[in-house]
Amino acid sequence: MTSRLLPLYATIAIFLAAYLVCYLQFPAMLSTRVLGNLLTDNAYLGIVAVGMTVVILSGGIDLSVGSVIAFAGVFIAVLLRDTGLHPLAVFALLLATTTAFGAAMGGLIHGLAMPPFIVTLAGMFLARGAAYMLTIDSVPIDHDFYDMLRSYQRLPGGGRLTVIGATMLLSVLAGMILAHRTRFGTAVLALGGGAPTARLMGVSIGRTTVLIYAFSGFMAGLSGIVFSIYTGSGYPLATVGTELTAIAAVVIGGTLLTGGSGYVFGTLIGVLTMGLIQTYIVFDGSLSSWWTKIVIGMLLLLFILLQKGLLMLGHGRGAVSAT
Amino acid sequence: MLLTIRDLTKTFPGTVALDGVRFDLAAGEVHALLGENGAGKSTLIKCLTGMHARDGGQIALDGQPISPGSTQEAQALGIGTVYQEVNLLPNLTVAENLTFGRQPVRFGMVSRRRMHEEAREMLAGYGLDHVDVARELGAYPVAVQQIVAIARAVALSGKVLILDEPTASLDARETETLFEVVRGLRARGLGIIFISHFLDQVFDLTDRVTVLRNGRHIVTAGTAALNRVELIHHMLGHELEMAEARRGVQRDGPAMLRAEGLGRRGRIAPFDLTVRRGEVIGLAGLLGSGRTETGDVLFGRTPADRGALREPDGTAVELRSPRAAIAAGFGYAPEDRKTDGIVADLSVRENIALALQARRGWARPLPRAEARRLAEDYIRRLDIRPADPEKAVGLLSGGNQQKVVLARWLAMNPRFLILDEPTRGIDVGAHAEILRLVGDLTDAGMSILLISSELDELIAASDRVIVVRDRRHVSELVGEDICTDRIVQAIARPDADPEGARA
Amino acid sequence: MSQGLRRLAPQLVTLAAVVALVSAFFPGFLAVEIADGRLVGSAVDVLKRGAPVALLAVGMTLVIATRGIDLSVGAVMAICGAASAWAVSNGLGLGAALALGLGAGLLCGLWNGVLVALFGIQPIVATLILMVAGRGVAQMITEGRILTFSHEGLAFFGAGDVVGVPTPILIWIVTGVAVGLLVRRTALGLLIEAIGINRPASALAGVNARVLLIAVYVASGLCAAIAGIVVAADIRGADANNAGLWLELDAILAVVIGGTSLLGGRFSVAASILGALVIQTIDTGILLAGFPSEFNLVIKAGLVVIILVLQSPRLGPGLPGFGLRAPRAAGVARTEKATE
Repeated sequence: MTSRLLPLYATIAIFLAAYLVCYLQFPAMLSTRVLGNLLTDNAYLGIVAVGMTVVILSGGIDLSVGSVIAFAGVFIAVLLRDTGLHPLAVFALLLATTTAFGAAMGGLIHGLAMPPFIVTLAGMFLARGAAYMLTIDSVPIDHDFYDMLRSYQRLPGGGRLTVIGATMLLSVLAGMILAHRTRFGTAVLALGGGAPTARLMGVSIGRTTVLIYAFSGFMAGLSGIVFSIYTGSGYPLATVGTELTAIAAVVIGGTLLTGGSGYVFGTLIGVLTMGLIQTYIVFDGSLSSWWTKIVIGMLLLLFILLQKGLLMLGHGRGAVSAT
Repeated sequence: MLLTIRDLTKTFPGTVALDGVRFDLAAGEVHALLGENGAGKSTLIKCLTGMHARDGGQIALDGQPISPGSTQEAQALGIGTVYQEVNLLPNLTVAENLTFGRQPVRFGMVSRRRMHEEAREMLAGYGLDHVDVARELGAYPVAVQQIVAIARAVALSGKVLILDEPTASLDARETETLFEVVRGLRARGLGIIFISHFLDQVFDLTDRVTVLRNGRHIVTAGTAALNRVELIHHMLGHELEMAEARRGVQRDGPAMLRAEGLGRRGRIAPFDLTVRRGEVIGLAGLLGSGRTETGDVLFGRTPADRGALREPDGTAVELRSPRAAIAAGFGYAPEDRKTDGIVADLSVRENIALALQARRGWARPLPRAEARRLAEDYIRRLDIRPADPEKAVGLLSGGNQQKVVLARWLAMNPRFLILDEPTRGIDVGAHAEILRLVGDLTDAGMSILLISSELDELIAASDRVIVVRDRRHVSELVGEDICTDRIVQAIARPDADPEGARA
Repeated sequence: MSQGLRRLAPQLVTLAAVVALVSAFFPGFLAVEIADGRLVGSAVDVLKRGAPVALLAVGMTLVIATRGIDLSVGAVMAICGAASAWAVSNGLGLGAALALGLGAGLLCGLWNGVLVALFGIQPIVATLILMVAGRGVAQMITEGRILTFSHEGLAFFGAGDVVGVPTPILIWIVTGVAVGLLVRRTALGLLIEAIGINRPASALAGVNARVLLIAVYVASGLCAAIAGIVVAADIRGADANNAGLWLELDAILAVVIGGTSLLGGRFSVAASILGALVIQTIDTGILLAGFPSEFNLVIKAGLVVIILVLQSPRLGPGLPGFGLRAPRAAGVARTEKATE
């Protein structure tokens, strides 16, 4: 077993064990109904976490995504309300905007040689501010096309695979291909492994950085679309803090927060694990919601320490090297 | 000639890194490039691989003038490099590393099967049949990583291969495997530039040798025509032209410290050493021989894992950390002053006061006026320029930065001061000053361990010279024996067990 | 003194400009009156409302000076506010309430400091744990409710006044001055800057980097505790969900406006506090000037970008006080990865 896969296995094992605990206590939790809801309820988070995974794999971070999701919802709602555009046209406009926004942040990060943390913090303020400027109210979305988007496929056992749930699964699949099966994905991992070495090996750092944040912006836009379908409205105060939840999901999914190692599939499991904790609390009824945060925090600590340990083991092996 | 370099010149602010250097490489030869730190080896390599733009001179490959602007360009021209710190990504798989940037793609997706096939083909002939190309590179020993790096460089470039200290972290068997690979490549007609500080390996592997010193070309000769003594002479050389002036008075004060079997696995073999009051102990040896490691152990920077350092009355001196060493009255001016010495954004005054302040503790600040007086005093005594105690030390020249680091320790008035290459990159005037200072300090009772790659400096300043080789203290010279020839012979003496000390 | 003023000049100019701008739209901004024996007025309001961010910025400055960052301060505020509120609502005295609140902050800081200094975990990662879990802990203390109390002694710290000056203003001034004096009248400031700029060299010179690192996170935790108590006292209740929410970002922004580089090194506590006041003046000013508050975030974003450009190592040194670091040989290499 390679050390790169170990966190992924740990993630899957924890998810399965958690599901087993849930099942033993509430047998009803093992049903396509719960699974379908798990996918639907966490669809927007899963999509944005795919983008975040790519960013984190490259050694960066993107704090703007929560605001971008809110902006997307408001953008869609306001445009559908005030113009006669078809939702698909609005989606295209939106995705172009958020992708360009992400690209601009990537350009600043590379151009200014400043930490992604602070650049995307500015992006977070800007996107949230832009959402506010479009409207400060919750704007309902009422469109026939949206009703269609809320359709679902019945699963055996009574569960529902919704359009947005399926979109999330497809996004994860696309993310897996992008991160693990393309030259770009290798370049992302190379960047996360060490920018100087990546440059030596021929990675165009600037171009790759711009593309990474553009991808994250795209996924945040897509997540915003899904979120607008999920809630049926656009609200500028929505999804505050989603960037943190996404980062947590990525780390619990086994990706090294310092970059260079991880799997998009793990992020899906991370998202589902977090969703499972919430479902469990709902099923239990007596447990308080704060346990979600505490358990997620403990999982974070566990994974960070696990990876630190693996890293030190790795160093131990090469410790004989000269000064 | 495959590669010809003429009059290569490169200057950095404050230093001439390369001064009219020439170098030739034939197809099918392994050509060693030798020199101490700062000799210009890495600058030459960087000019060749496009990481630095040269200031002057010509580089021709196959008779065509070239000016690579980036490593990629150099690679495309046929020049590939493998650095000491493996220049591949341990977090990617072997196959990804080998095919990086050229992975076989179908419909935009990397075809793993074909990528793995290609990778296996690239590794064929390197004796790495047991390597699973689908595993991450970091899972394999450094030796395998080095050979993978070579395979990649050869596949990408194919004319000139530069090996920059490739054996630094390999054991004997791994080194031999690597050499087999290099010999195979030589037979295929590649020109190979080999940089190493292990002279045994140079004699073992290379056809010709070029020595650089202080940015200048010293000699190029066939390896077989050289002996070790000559080679070391060329590398260490006579920079000072001060005619082996021995210091006047020999010191033989009372013993102040006794190291008994002090050592650390993998860094320096256990050694005994008695430090007498007011004496200068010179530490001679080549780069990587264990000279810096000796200083590190004595200062607790890499704490010893065996042996002890004792006071004359037998009590052990705690050496678990630099703080402990400082508390015992030690000081240490490290070799790499940029990363380990100066605190660039702090002023000269603050840098000089730093160690003193750290010892006093945070609650007892050194009064500003006193710190300033201290700084002005040392600026005057060491002739630090510009003479502005409030100037950020990062803005000073290398020599003046070194003086600031020295001043930091002198302000502590240590009883035992370790100076690792205190005069590297310093102009001749300052050089002499620092040596004079060493004399003055020992007159006042301080003991000094002087680590240097300049023999004249050691000879001029030392009361005793310890010679280190292969991470082991091999001999001690005193009195009349402290002369260039004896030191060089001691460094050169072929070792019965050349690999034993490394592990 | 003149040197200190020169260091603060960019922040003072920024603050003056923002104040002038707000005054142009809202002429009464600087007017201060005395009503019921208390100072009232928009400017007083800014100083009072700015208290939490100003307090957080004090601790955050020290953390950032060591090349670290503390994302957990908002959550720590919630924990400490909840702890104090819990104490008084359970009949414990004021002393116990303060001790519990401050003690909780100290423990949180210690936790972060140990993760960073002893386990060697990147500060952004290490403090993320408490940022996520901390709010859960605070909710556990308040049992998910807004834990209200009517203890006048505790409320004094948020809603009271001393000779007409609202207590929160006094608290941040006293904290700022105390920390400022502590770091500058002792050698702490120099040692913190030294490890922020070059930790290996500092350690070799005998600086105890580990202990100092733990200390700055503890200081940050304590500052967050004070801010948490002030906020809880102000509303006479601990709101675990919203107390200090996203204030860590404002605090970081305040430090950045204060000209302390995120890459560590030279810092100024006073400049960070001025930065916090700039942020609060913008916040309040936009409301007063009749602009929709939605402009607020856009202006903040613009401000960050301007400062980033001025601080960028790639574009060379900018204004003194903003881009105050000297050009260094390894400038560009000092990105986050460089320490790995």
